[in-house]
This record gives sequence, C-alpha cells and structure tokens, in this order.
Amino acid sequence: MNIIVNGERQVVHASTLADLLSALEYEGDWLATAINGDLVHREDRADARLEDGDRIEILSPMQGG
Amino acid sequence: MLKLYDSELSSRLLLGTARYPSPAVLAEAVRRSGTEIVTVSLRRETSGGKSGGVFFELIRQLGVHILPNTAGCHSASEAVLTAKMAREVFGTNWIKLEVIGHHDSLQPDVFELVEAARILTGEGFSVFPYTTDDLIVGERLLAAGCRVLMPWCAPIGSAAGPRNPSALVAMRAAFPDIPLIVDAGLGRPSHAAVVMELGYDAVLLNTAVASAGDPPAMGEAFAKAIDAGRLAYLAGMLEPRDMAVPSTPVIGKAVFS
Repeated sequence: MNIIVNGERQVVHASTLADLLSALEYEGDWLATAINGDLVHREDRADARLEDGDRIEILSPMQGG
Repeated sequence: MLKLYDSELSSRLLLGTARYPSPAVLAEAVRRSGTEIVTVSLRRETSGGKSGGVFFELIRQLGVHILPNTAGCHSASEAVLTAKMAREVFGTNWIKLEVIGHHDSLQPDVFELVEAARILTGEGFSVFPYTTDDLIVGERLLAAGCRVLMPWCAPIGSAAGPRNPSALVAMRAAFPDIPLIVDAGLGRPSHAAVVMELGYDAVLLNTAVASAGDPPAMGEAFAKAIDAGRLAYLAGMLEPRDMAVPSTPVIGKAVFS
C-alpha cells in the first residue's frame, strides 16, 4: 500500500505500525509514533492497522533549545 | 530554592542542548554550568537511524531533569501532538511549549499558545510556555493552568539582551508568586545578571553558551552572573540618582582655609 512516512511517500507491505517499523528497520525505546496526527503509544503499535494513504510520523530525540 | 511544579532546584539556569561543537562539550557545559534542567527536542528519525538513541543516552547519563520542547510548531494542534510524542519518549509531563507565529523574529503566536496550554494542562502536562512580555497573555496562560511563565527578552538566538526591561519589571510586579524565567535573547552573563536583579527566578540559555568560544567556561560564567544577580536582588539595590551623594562623611572634616 501507499503511505507517507515522515513526509515521504513509500510503498510498503505492512499491515500494522509495528510491522512497518520492523520493515523499515526502526528499533529502540526512544521512538514516538503517530498516525494521521494521532499519537500511537508504544504498546499499541502492534494493533494499529495501516490503511492506504496514512500519514505516519516517527520521531526521536534530538538537541533542542 | 527554585520550585518549578513538583521539583525543587538549586540552580537557576536552564540550558539548551543544541549547537554545541560536540557531545563531549555539551556534557562538560552542563557540568560546569551546574544546570539541573536541560531542554531537548524531537525530530523525524531517518529509517534505521540511531542518532536519536545515541543522543538520548547521553542526556540520560547527565542525570538532570529533561524539559522537551515543541520548537518549530506553528499551531496549537501541532504543538499538542508534539508534546504528547515527547511525553512518550522522555517519560515526563514537563513540556516547554513553543508555538511560533513569525518566521523572522520567532515571536510566539500567543493565541495558539494559550489554546495549546489549555489542552495540555487538561491532559496532565506541566507547561513551561515560551511567551512574550505581554501581561494579558500571561494572565491567560495562568488561567489555562500554567504555573510558570517564560517571557522572551529579545528574539531567540539574537544575543541582544533585555530590550524592554520596563516590561519585564511590570511582569514581575504583576505575577509576584509565579516563577518567571527569561527564555530567549540573552547573549552575555551581564544580561543574565540584569534580569536576575529585576527579580526573575531563572534564565534559559542555549546559543549564548553553545556558540561561545569555550562553551563550558561560558556556562560557568553565566552561572556566576545568575547567582550574583539573584543575590543582589535579595540584598536590595539602590535606586539610581541624578545627583552625586558623597560616600565619605563630611562631618568632622578638617577645614584648611
């Protein structure tokens, strides 16, 4: 399906957000995720089903003022 | 002691973590400044990237409070989502709430700011709002549930120092029981001393330390200036006078002519 990950269109074969993170080789307990502007908690990613056109955000810590 | 929400702090310096020459210099600046709160941010992680994890581990090892920000957000909804994602990552209810309204000056959009503050305090966040020195906005932020106010004194990263000290004085007088932190615009330790002499409770710095020739030394210099300004405020300072007042008593002075 076609989805947008961090602003970039991608074609993926993943049915859940957890599958997507695994397929794209994201790992670590420091990631935060959202689908279409809604936070998806770490423990809910395996149940968060993806649909065509979804906008996914995957954020991690960085320096800030 | 400085009390910010549920935490009591010895240091009155909050330090940003961006723009340092290296992670080692950042860590040393944190140590020498004596800060107990560092600000951090969130950004898109590249596929398979580990940079966020490396930085997070460095921050955890510093052993200080983490204050995530919503830098770069331009609407309440964007800031609220970023705050929630920050809580997920950093495990803290603290959020430095920034909602930018103007690209060049990075002036906060105070209308979106108040709305975001209202939503976030309702969801259990302890909000540290980056705001202007406007008294009415300050009142609205307190009504929205904020228990700290963080006015700018000049644009972010400008190093201009307090541009409108009178407004800062008015804000101190209007909110005597609320911790006030000058966030943004300070360039030199003397600037920090000035706002502390006005009765401000703390300052938040980033560029002034990180972009100095020797960031750890500058962190220490700011810490000393902040302590000096605070002590002077508590000690009570003279008001300026137009005319001279002799410091040496004239009673008993010899008369030679």
